Amino acid sequence: MAEIVLEARDLSKEFKGFTAVKGVNLQVRRGTIHALIGPNGAGKSTVFNLITRFLPPTRGRILYKGRDITRARPADVARMGLVRSFQISAVFPHLSVLENVRVALQRPLGTSFHFWKPEASLHGLHERARDLIDAVNLAAWADRAAVELPYGRKRALEIATTLALDPEVMLLDEPLAGMGHEDIGHTAALIRRVAAGRTVLMVEHNLSVVADLSDTITVLRRGEVLAEGPYDTVSRDPEVREAYMGAGHG
Amino acid sequence: MSTQSTVHGRSGLGTPTPAVIPGAVLWAAALLLAVLAPFALYPVFLMKVLCFALFACAFNLLIGFAGLMSFGHAAFFGGAAYVTAHAAKVWALPPEFAILAGVGTATLLGLVFGALAIRRQGIYFAMITLALSQMVFFLALQLPFTGGEDGIQGVPRGRLFGLVDLTDPLAMYYAVLALFLSGFLVIRRAVHSPFGQVLKAIRENEPRAVSLGYRTERYKLLAFVLSASLAGLAGSVKALVFQLATLTDVTWQMSGEVVLMTLLGGMGTLLGPVVGAALVVALESYLAETSLPVPVVIGAIFVFCVLLFRKGIVGEIAGILKRRA
Ligand SMILES: Nc1ncnc2c1ncn2[C@@H]1O[C@H](COP(=O)(O)OP(=O)(O)OP(=O)(O)O)[C@@H](O)[C@H]1O
Ligand SMILES: [Mg+2]
Repeated sequence: MAEIVLEARDLSKEFKGFTAVKGVNLQVRRGTIHALIGPNGAGKSTVFNLITRFLPPTRGRILYKGRDITRARPADVARMGLVRSFQISAVFPHLSVLENVRVALQRPLGTSFHFWKPEASLHGLHERARDLIDAVNLAAWADRAAVELPYGRKRALEIATTLALDPEVMLLDEPLAGMGHEDIGHTAALIRRVAAGRTVLMVEHNLSVVADLSDTITVLRRGEVLAEGPYDTVSRDPEVREAYMGAGHG
Repeated sequence: MSTQSTVHGRSGLGTPTPAVIPGAVLWAAALLLAVLAPFALYPVFLMKVLCFALFACAFNLLIGFAGLMSFGHAAFFGGAAYVTAHAAKVWALPPEFAILAGVGTATLLGLVFGALAIRRQGIYFAMITLALSQMVFFLALQLPFTGGEDGIQGVPRGRLFGLVDLTDPLAMYYAVLALFLSGFLVIRRAVHSPFGQVLKAIRENEPRAVSLGYRTERYKLLAFVLSASLAGLAGSVKALVFQLATLTDVTWQMSGEVVLMTLLGGMGTLLGPVVGAALVVALESYLAETSLPVPVVIGAIFVFCVLLFRKGIVGEIAGILKRRA
């Protein structure tokens, strides 16, 4: 079995007495695509927020590459190679598509505090930015403001921006939500392609894509892990079927 | 805002596109106008416009490009004015050092204010900056060197670099113009710099910027300190122009006025604050000669403009030009 790259131990989160995540244990193996599924409100996004340190856990620990990151700062978690996307499309609306990706590329230059340098000092990043934009089929939109993109294209831009950091572990929160049929096929293929050489943990409601892409699936219900395993095992679990039918998913 | 940078990126190679030429011509025309203006208008009036324009530009760097609404910028403007006035009058420092002392004070104040406020968002951020600036106001009222209600009067303008006699109105005007332009260019550069890119990203979507590995508080703090320094430069220059530093410069009304100028002209645009400041200063000096209640009229105009031009005057014009293009 491959090495565990990301691990949550007994992770819990309470919001004013309401427990959104309850004693979750999660082990993500390096190089796999791991899906986190569950009905609405199951706590999937909260788990993402906890792992990436956007929320402090009430209890439990998070380990990344064997290091305890339970108290790390969210920006530092990202610098360590654990990069997330957001459920609600997170682009920089009034920057162009190219600038969106370039912002992600520019940090390693070490000039991000240099307020006296011209913008032209960033032009060296354009080639790499355009490659990433090409990879998500956005070449025709490169110079448009992100706000002008249709929803599905914004999601694609988000993936390109996340990829710009060349993360070791990518956390994608519903990357296909709001996409049209064609975009879904294309983006799923893209996720498979970029997953080579890295680890992906993703939340997704589109079960056929989940079945197709993921090596391991963890099912969450009311903040607790209900089942875990490969798709075939998990999908036959009667409790999982009940949870899904009950919540109106198929 | 973002349009300028894309135009920039496109025109890097080959012959300049037609879109670039009118821009350069406009800038040259504006500069020529600024150089000739004192022959048509009172230099003191023009210098007041330039001081407030720089103040508003500094404020706009924070609200327009970092998305932070400060309601305490008078502390930097007025604080610097007091220190410059004191340095020039009591310490007899030459104007360049008096200004430097004022800007230095504003920078330090900015660092303190920023460190205390930067973790707060929205209205809480505004409230903390307001509370801190009120503390500066009370200091200005109580400290012995500030002259209480009278302020510091009769500040000598001195000789700039020991050469230029600033008591000459024209010389003073060109010195102020040069300082304004340097401040404006610093802001323009900062907005388009690598730092400016990150700042805009934070303004647009802070959690996303964090998820890309940016420690956003540090960028916001630098923006705050830069804004405070430049607001201080405006205050220092103002103290030399009017040879005066008073409590008016540190009141919360002064903090409000710079908000008004910036919103009126168009926040997040480079020229908006200049237009807004010119408009407010011109209106104030025009209204001062009539019997109309100045704050009421300005307030009414402000409400009218905000309802009519959501993005400010320059913001709306830029929007129309963009749609045409
Ligand atoms: N900041 C918060 N404060 C209070 N309650 C919250 C907060 N964030 C999430 N919750 C609650 O925690 C529960 C889990 O929410 P979460 O967003 O993690 O669910 P999810 O599995 O991602 O659902 P979905 O499929 O709808 O995205 C929900 O009941 C939600 O209302
Ligand atoms: Mg969710």
